[in-house]
Amino acid sequence: MDNKPNRSLLVKLLGGAVCMFLFAMFVMPPLYDMFCEVTGIGGKTGGPYEVTEAGVDVSRTVKVQFVATNNAAMPWQFSPKVYEVEVHPGEPTEVAFYAKNRTHRDMVAQAIPNVTPFNAAEYFHKTECFCFNQQPLKAGEEADLPLVFIVDRDLPKAVTTITLSYTLFDITSRAGDSLAQAN
Amino acid sequence: MAHGPAKGIGRWLFTTNHKDIGTMYLWFSFAMFLLGGFFAMVIRAELFQPGMQIIRPEFFNQMTTMHGLVMVFGAIMPAFVGLANWLIPMMIGAPDMALPRMNNLSFWILPFAFALLASTLFMEGGAPNFGWTFYAPLSTTYAPSTVNYFIFGVHIMGASSIMGSINIIATVLNMRAPGMTLMKMPMFVWTWLITAFLLIAVMPVLAGAVTMMLMDINFGTSFFDAAGGGDPVLFQHVFWFFGHPEVYIIILPAFGVISHIIPTFSRKPLFGYSSMVYATASIAFLSFIVWAHHMFMVGMPIGGELYFMYATMLIAVPTAAKVFNWVSTMFRGSLTYETPMLFAIAFVILFTIGGFTGLMLAIAPSDVQYHDSYFVVAHFHYVMVAGAVFSGTAAVYYWLPKWCGRMYNETMGKVQFWISFIGFNITFFPQHFLGLAGMPRRYADYALQFSDWNMISSIGAFIYGASQLLFMFNVIRTIKAGTPVSEPKTWEGAEGLEWTVATPAPYHTFSTPPEVK
Repeated sequence: MDNKPNRSLLVKLLGGAVCMFLFAMFVMPPLYDMFCEVTGIGGKTGGPYEVTEAGVDVSRTVKVQFVATNNAAMPWQFSPKVYEVEVHPGEPTEVAFYAKNRTHRDMVAQAIPNVTPFNAAEYFHKTECFCFNQQPLKAGEEADLPLVFIVDRDLPKAVTTITLSYTLFDITSRAGDSLAQAN
Repeated sequence: MAHGPAKGIGRWLFTTNHKDIGTMYLWFSFAMFLLGGFFAMVIRAELFQPGMQIIRPEFFNQMTTMHGLVMVFGAIMPAFVGLANWLIPMMIGAPDMALPRMNNLSFWILPFAFALLASTLFMEGGAPNFGWTFYAPLSTTYAPSTVNYFIFGVHIMGASSIMGSINIIATVLNMRAPGMTLMKMPMFVWTWLITAFLLIAVMPVLAGAVTMMLMDINFGTSFFDAAGGGDPVLFQHVFWFFGHPEVYIIILPAFGVISHIIPTFSRKPLFGYSSMVYATASIAFLSFIVWAHHMFMVGMPIGGELYFMYATMLIAVPTAAKVFNWVSTMFRGSLTYETPMLFAIAFVILFTIGGFTGLMLAIAPSDVQYHDSYFVVAHFHYVMVAGAVFSGTAAVYYWLPKWCGRMYNETMGKVQFWISFIGFNITFFPQHFLGLAGMPRRYADYALQFSDWNMISSIGAFIYGASQLLFMFNVIRTIKAGTPVSEPKTWEGAEGLEWTVATPAPYHTFSTPPEVK
C-alpha cells in the first residue's frame, strides 16, 4: 500500500505539535510579560528610570503607602522606615526600608515590587531601588535599603493613593556566586 | 483475510490491528476507571462525616489529585481513543488505521506513564498532592519530591495522545472509502477529527507547562517563581490554555457517540447533520479563546473579565444547537428504550444541567461566590461523568454485540442504568447545594452544617461505584457467555458502514474498500 500521503501528513502534524511545544515554552512567557508591561496588569514596575526635567506639579498631592512582606519562611526583619508619604507628581522622593538578617548564616534576598492600583503601575518610576539588585546580608547584619521614586505627572486623575508593596524572597541557594563576592 | 490474530501474549504486545489496539485501550481505560473510582470512594468515605476518620489530610490531598489525573488522562481520554480505534476504520471503510505501528506504540507507552504516576503512592513524600490542575508554586516550590515522576508521566501520556491523534487524522483524511466525502462522514468520525486537531494543538502546551515546572524545580529557572522575576499567574494561563480545550477533547467524541445512538433508537436520521458539524467546529474554535474564565479570581482587570465572560457564554450557542438537534431527532420518532438509548437520553438531560451550571459559573460577578466551591465540583462531574462516562458506557452497550458477536443481558443493562442514574444524581446534585452554601472543594474536613448533604452524597457515590461493578460483570458475562448474535445489524435502526460487516466483526474488515453512494 502507498504510505507516502500518511508519512507526509505525519511529518506535518508532528511539526505542528513541536511548534506548539516551542510556543508554550518560549513564546507564551515573554508574551505574557510583554502584555503585563504594556497594560500594567499585575502591578509590575519598570527598571531604573531616567529623570526628565518635567517640573513638579504642586497642584496635586498623591499619597504613597509602603508595604513590606516576607515571602514564605523568609526570616529577615523587613519593614518600611516610613509607612506613608505625601508627594507632588514629578517630585523625586527618597525613602528607605529597614532589613535585618536575624539568622546565624549569611543570606541573599531579592525584593519584588508590586504597585496597586494596577493603572498606576506605569506612572510609578524608580530612579534608585534596592529591588534592582540582590541584597546580601551577613549573619546578624542590618541595613537601610534606599528607594528614590517619582510619581509621573500623567498619573490618572482618579488615582489619589498608590500602594507600593515589596515581597522579600530568600534566594540564598540560587545566589551562591554573589554571596561569595559579598564575603 | 490472509490470517487471523497471532497466538499468545505476542498478539497483544506486537499487534498492529486496530481492533486489538482498540480493545486494549478500552480495557486499560476501564482498569484506570476502577482505580480512579477507588480513589473517589476513599474521598467520599472520608467525607461521610465531618472530622477525620479514615485517612490523614495529606493523604486526602493525594487522593483528590490522583482521582482527577487518573480519571481525566487514564480513564476518559484512552476510552475514547479505544472507541476511535475500533470504530473509525469500520465507519469510513478503511482496512486499518493509517499508521498501525505508531498505533501500537501510542498504546503501549500508556501503562508506563500510569505506572510512574501510581508508583508515587508508595514512595517517600507520597503522591502528587497539589490538585489535578497543579498550580505553581504549590506544584513547584511546595511540591513533594515525587513531582518529577508526575512530570515524566504527563510527558509520556501527552506523547501517546499526540501520536494517537496524528494517527486518527491521517486515517480520516487519507483512508476514507471512495465516495465518502467529508460531509458524508459519520458524526463520531467528525467529532474525533476535530478532537484530534485540538489534541495536537494543546497537548504540547501541557508538555511545555510541566517542562517549565521541571526546570523551575531542578534547574534554577524562574518561569513561575516571583523571586526570580517570574509569575505564578503565568502558570495558570499556560495551564488553562491547555485545560479548556482539554474539556472539549473529552466531551466532543461523547457528542459523536450520542449522535449515533439517538438516531438508531429513534429510527430517524440525525436531525441537522451539517449544523452538528459546524457546531462542533465552532465549539473547538471557541475553546481556544475562553481559557481565563477559570481564573476570574486572579485579579483580572474588568475588561478582561467581561471579555472572557461573554466569550464563554457564546459557547452555549453551538452547544444548544446540538442539544436541540438531538431532541429534534427524537421528536416524533419510533422510540424504544434499550440500554444504550437510556444512557443517551440521560446524557442529554444531565449534560444540559451541567451546561447550565457552566453558564452560571461563566458569569464573572457570581463566580466570586461559586469559585473553588463544591458547586464547581458538581458542575464538572455533570459534564464529565454524566457526559463523557455515560456516553462511553452507552457506546460499549451499543457496539459490544458487533465487537464480540454476543448480546449483553438487556435486563441487567437497564438495572445498571437506573442504579447509575440514581446513584449519580444522589452523589452530585446535593453538591450544588453544598457549594452554594459555601463549602470549598479539596478539603478533607468541613463545617458541621454541611454534614447531611455530604452523607447523602457519599451514599450516592457508593451506589454509583457499585453500579460500575455490575457493568463490568455484564460486559465480561457477555464476552464469555452472552447469547450469540450473527445478523450484521444488531439494531434495526442502525445506519453506517460498521453495521454492514459480519457479526462479530472479522479480524480484518474492508480489505477492499466499500462503495459509498
